[in-house]
Amino acid sequence: MVEISHLSKNYGDKKAVNDISFSVEEGEIMGFLGPNGAGKSTTLNILTGFLSATSGSAKIDGIDILEQPLEAKKLIGFLPEIPPLYPDMTVAEYMNFCYELKGCKLPRKQHLHEIGEVVKIADVNKRLIKNLSKGYRQRVGIAQALIGNPKVLIFDEPTIGLDPKQIIEIRNLIKHLGKNHTVILSTHILPEVQAVCDRIVIINKGRIVANEKTENLVNAVDGTRRLVAKIVGPEDQVLQLLRSTQGVKFADKLGRRDTDSVSYLIESQENVDIRKPLFYALARASYPLIGLEGDELNLEDIFMRLVDPQKKEKTEKRRRNASQAPEAGKRSGEKQ
Amino acid sequence: MTAIYKRELRSYFITPIGYVFAGMFLTVSGLLFSWLVLSADNSGAYSYAKISNYFVYLLFVFSVLIPLLTMKLLSEEKKQKTEQLLLTSPVSLTGVVIAKYLAALTIFAATLLVNSLNYILLYIYGNPNAAVILSNILGLFLIGASFIAIGLFLSSVTENQLIAAVSSIAVIVALLLISLLADTIEKEFFRVILKWFSVIDRYAPFTLGYFDIPAIIYFVSFTAVFLFLTVRVYEKRRWS
Repeated sequence: MVEISHLSKNYGDKKAVNDISFSVEEGEIMGFLGPNGAGKSTTLNILTGFLSATSGSAKIDGIDILEQPLEAKKLIGFLPEIPPLYPDMTVAEYMNFCYELKGCKLPRKQHLHEIGEVVKIADVNKRLIKNLSKGYRQRVGIAQALIGNPKVLIFDEPTIGLDPKQIIEIRNLIKHLGKNHTVILSTHILPEVQAVCDRIVIINKGRIVANEKTENLVNAVDGTRRLVAKIVGPEDQVLQLLRSTQGVKFADKLGRRDTDSVSYLIESQENVDIRKPLFYALARASYPLIGLEGDELNLEDIFMRLVDPQKKEKTEKRRRNASQAPEAGKRSGEKQ
Repeated sequence: MTAIYKRELRSYFITPIGYVFAGMFLTVSGLLFSWLVLSADNSGAYSYAKISNYFVYLLFVFSVLIPLLTMKLLSEEKKQKTEQLLLTSPVSLTGVVIAKYLAALTIFAATLLVNSLNYILLYIYGNPNAAVILSNILGLFLIGASFIAIGLFLSSVTENQLIAAVSSIAVIVALLLISLLADTIEKEFFRVILKWFSVIDRYAPFTLGYFDIPAIIYFVSFTAVFLFLTVRVYEKRRWS
């Protein structure tokens, strides 16, 4: 549905976007992730025809944005980083303006009413946009993008500056929209993409550093697996045994204790499944293994590794420290 | 395009700008009219000259008032980031610029038309030459149209309304005074060039009741050039 190939954009000497290519399938929600200044907005602005690329092409449903801008723009609903609202208009006036601006052919009253219902702005219809709260403004911005029922929706950091409740609402809204639209969601908030997106493209310093299905991203980045095991037995001996088991790279106590068991964090060497050897080793020594769960890397760690490889070691340390904290069980990346 | 035109027209009247422009224009031109034309000694051949004076004064009124109309047309879009909406909508760049231009032109033309009711008074006092009045109105319209194009262009290069307004006033005043400057220059070559750009010199035939075709073409192309430059400003920003 959306196809970007070898796209570059230079601002003077600075390469904001450097030869990136990716595509988004129909009906997919794609998370476009990167630190501030990575080139996310630039890419989206090129995709929507607001900027022109230095080289490369961007196609929406096979239509090149540069060659047939008007046709391509009809297929896109765009919410820029700052919602493009006219403060001196009421919500209803603004929606009517956008309806005419986009040359929408759908029955006006019904279409605008439907959008109002979906994004829940019906109750502020008669208010001036300048008097709306940030959350409502964001929603009006999204409503504007939905006019004309475009095939592709592009949201540039739609939840920035919202309170947690609003963030969840907007997130659910985007998920809901993803059922009938192709969505590109740019953000630097990691749980957001994890919660919403089918696929994640990570960009850093103008280059794509990862392009994976959300669930594959973890393995793609790091072959080592982490396990959290609950084992009954004397702590020091168990730990020694764990460390001597083949394939184990690292093991340590997590400091979580139930009545008779202790939790341990165990890291395997790359691409080795240590669950069976671990089980047999513990069984031979008569230390019952009463719980074993995978401790996946969460997106934050992945992100840090991709974006800044030197920080890998630091993150590692931080992770281990965090794991030892009592509330570590609530790690967001944990697969249930 | 019509959506932008309609929104722009509307915004002149939800902000005070439309009222300020029309009010100031009508008040000042009314005062000038009564002072220069009605209360003056309108005997004999003098009267035409008096009316022509009035029209020249009006040009200076334009220099302050027209930037009022144009200052926020594009600068405000940039400041509020709403240009992103316009430029990612299925409307061409030229369409956006022309819609904005026409909105300002509409307000200006409407006010000019209302102002023209003043001339009916002349028929009470005497029998003025209709051609002089009509050609003057046409001349004013053409000059206003080119000044609006200048204002629109300057509004596209900044995101500050005030800078857009002040620079427009400066450029328009310069265009009006260029004729005076040209007269002081000895070298004929430069004088001719400056005179060529002088709006007042181009306007002169209209004050005498001629529908001067070259002058009409001059103002129309003047407008077209500035509208074109405005589109180029956006094009350039897109590509750089």
